[in-house]
Amino acid sequence: MIENIDLALVNWSRGQFALVALYHWLFIPLTLGMTYIIAFTQTIYVRTGDKEWERIAKFWAKLFGINFAIGVGTGIILGLEFGTNWANYSWISGDIFGAPLAAEGIMAFFLESTFIAVMFFGWGKVSKKFHLVSIYLVAFGASLSALWILVANAWMNYPVGMVFNPDTARHEMVDFWAVLFSPYAINKFLHTITSGFVISSFFIVAVSGWYLLKGRNILLAKRSIVIAASFGLLSSVFLATTGDGSAYWVAQKQPAKLAAMEGLYEGQEGAGLVAIGMLRPGKQIGDGEKAFVFKIEIPKLLSVLGYRNANAFVPGAEDLVLGNAGQDIMSADEKISRGKVALNALAEYKEAVALDDMQSASAAQARFEENYYYMGYGHLFDPNGIIPNVPFIFYSFRIMVMLGFAFIALFLLILYLAVTDKLQENRWLLRTSILAFPLAFLASMAGWIVAEVGRQPWTIQGLLPTMVSTSNINANAVILTFWMFAALLTVLVLAEFKIMTTTIKRGPDNAKKGGENV
Amino acid sequence: MFESLTHLQLQHYWWFIMSVVASTLVFLLFVQGGQTLIGTLGKNEDERTMVINSIGRKWEFTFTTLVMFAAGMFASFPLFYSTSFGGAYYAWKIFLVCFVLQAISFEFRRKQGNMLGQKTYEAFLYINGFLGVFLLGAVVATFFTGSEFYRSEYNLSYWQTTLYGIEILFNPLNLALGIALLFLARTLGALYILNNVDHEVIEQRARRQVGLNAVVFLVFFLYFVIRILLKDGYAYHPETFEVYMEPYKYLNNYLQMPAALILFLAGVVLVLYGIGITWFKESRKGIWFSGPGTFLTVLSLFFVLGYNNTCFYPSSYDLQSSLTIQNASSSHYTLTAMTYISLFVPVVAAYIFFTWRAIDKHKINDEDMKSGDHHIY
Repeated sequence: MIENIDLALVNWSRGQFALVALYHWLFIPLTLGMTYIIAFTQTIYVRTGDKEWERIAKFWAKLFGINFAIGVGTGIILGLEFGTNWANYSWISGDIFGAPLAAEGIMAFFLESTFIAVMFFGWGKVSKKFHLVSIYLVAFGASLSALWILVANAWMNYPVGMVFNPDTARHEMVDFWAVLFSPYAINKFLHTITSGFVISSFFIVAVSGWYLLKGRNILLAKRSIVIAASFGLLSSVFLATTGDGSAYWVAQKQPAKLAAMEGLYEGQEGAGLVAIGMLRPGKQIGDGEKAFVFKIEIPKLLSVLGYRNANAFVPGAEDLVLGNAGQDIMSADEKISRGKVALNALAEYKEAVALDDMQSASAAQARFEENYYYMGYGHLFDPNGIIPNVPFIFYSFRIMVMLGFAFIALFLLILYLAVTDKLQENRWLLRTSILAFPLAFLASMAGWIVAEVGRQPWTIQGLLPTMVSTSNINANAVILTFWMFAALLTVLVLAEFKIMTTTIKRGPDNAKKGGENV
Repeated sequence: MFESLTHLQLQHYWWFIMSVVASTLVFLLFVQGGQTLIGTLGKNEDERTMVINSIGRKWEFTFTTLVMFAAGMFASFPLFYSTSFGGAYYAWKIFLVCFVLQAISFEFRRKQGNMLGQKTYEAFLYINGFLGVFLLGAVVATFFTGSEFYRSEYNLSYWQTTLYGIEILFNPLNLALGIALLFLARTLGALYILNNVDHEVIEQRARRQVGLNAVVFLVFFLYFVIRILLKDGYAYHPETFEVYMEPYKYLNNYLQMPAALILFLAGVVLVLYGIGITWFKESRKGIWFSGPGTFLTVLSLFFVLGYNNTCFYPSSYDLQSSLTIQNASSSHYTLTAMTYISLFVPVVAAYIFFTWRAIDKHKINDEDMKSGDHHIY
């Protein structure tokens, strides 16, 4: 199917996607969450008629606007990058993967872009109620957009609702609802969107906290903190719950990712969860060495979280690579050889069809279908390659989880002190809350690493390896455009930071009227 | 409901939908055209601000329609998505850069702390309007002139030149459509601003620009259309799917599909009428004719491109690798599912119409730009 693999092409293509996604994700969480917070604030204004609430909503909307534009700009690159850099993937998965993207366009993007115009330009021009509804529609549109793109992403991790058509040489959708309502997709959507809510809440808490430290915009800051900390608290609790769901589905569908998350080399029944641990550097699969320098484990918890059963067997990296007959786990070698049978059968089928030899074609097709489940393995050479980078995933996962729990406590504390009006006396907490904003990004990026690096070596789990998913172009073209985007986006992102901080420093009152941008 | 349609019917339906989106996009390029006229129409800060806010309130519709076209092609004709984007690589990447520049420029232009300065962001808007539109036209021209790619039996495509899309510029027909589209966008931009901004001096300048740009547009557009109608086209046999060159293919398509011909003629007449009343009758309503005229003309060109057994993305390297609405499309199941989703299109069109009306009730004028109570670019 695909003969020559240029690793430079694969790595730079991954690099380019990661680069743009990294920049994109700096802005999207704020879009996802701030719209709701602005909507809540404006709702209070419409209900009470208290002009201060409107002023608060307007201020956050101004920051939201600066942030939104660059999210849109980086988003279009990602959307088209499936075609430009992952052309093979786009064809092989396009019959399933394209539909959610188009649905996102029709249902979400137009909703966002239409009502964002009302939100920005409608203050005082359209009725208060229509304006408020528009803000909610922008928020809803952003969430809906997240739903569709995460449905597409979930399908890559847990492909469902399709069959492989040897004539067109691609996966074809047979059940739209299975793709949309895949439990993996629902969970991924809820987990990701609430992480956006948490980041947005910290953004507002951090900016407001800075005002309190400076003794400026006190009313705006206090009111904003109450709203954002409440939203953040609810979201962070929900985030932990959906995190549990995520781990469950990873255990069910991506055992190699789970093994990497836990640094689990030898599978065991009643496996414990490593709370804190340090992996032994240089540990290799099957070398008989211990995996950890030290670890503190919560007994049986991994089996409970992954399988809802305290004594369930959790396969480790070695079981998955070397096989484990007792647990009915096939070795990677066996999967690779079955995969090669599938790919050869597909080639024979193609040849037979071209020669109009229907008998050979149907024999080849039967052999292909028998081994179809392993077809992705047919492209692999190294059995160890089915396990993603263990230390990277292991530590990223721990950073995410620890910060996630810390955030719940922090929101609780902030909210308590805000309601009892003791925030200004606790300056250390205000400083911590400012620090929490970048930490929330760190947690979120760590989660992204677990999800996406943890999926390697696959673009479509088990069915299509990353290394055969790229476009068939010269690596130099990808390297050149990588640096082009790196330079461009870095400049734009720096400009955006500068505008953001300048706008925050000036605060809601200091914007000059007329001529100057408000 | 839609399950009973044949695969071929669904492929026709989806080519129709994508043609509608593409035609809407070309009309909405008035935003880009307007971006190249900022300095021409606005000679001082206040005037430029009015022009920028006039088109700036619409930029997201153009942008979203563009994204919709890409995503729609991915879902309905994924082989086009993988072949063209993954092959004409540099052309699409530079095109993308143009649109990233646009996405931030309206918002950042006059913000304090924007690092690069107001002039730079205005230059970005110019680059987007100029290069972005030109490239789009040139790439779309390859739908008629062909590209150099080979498609394997696994439907994976291999570009045959390492220029990856730069070679598009070496064909005069591609250049002609690029230039025509650029000057059409500028004409539409001038027509739109003329209608939307309430300012006598800007109106006069815009009127002059309509005339100047329309002349250039017409020269290149006529050159392109006449050459296309007289050239051999990429046809395929409906049963064997064999691709062959047919003399006067696109002219034949117009003659064999009179509806497309009527759309084309009506479209061209409307475009000219809109320009004419602006130029000769001092009317401000030109955009209401030239806009829909543009839509109809582009629609007819896309019909001629995709229907009547024509290859809509031909390979000049290997005829049999050419893409048609039949071999490039999604499966019957996916097109059916997408057809249900397409029922949202009229809903979207309706709410866009009503919100535009709500926002555009007042024309943009000096006073409006100085009031501090809403968002101004």
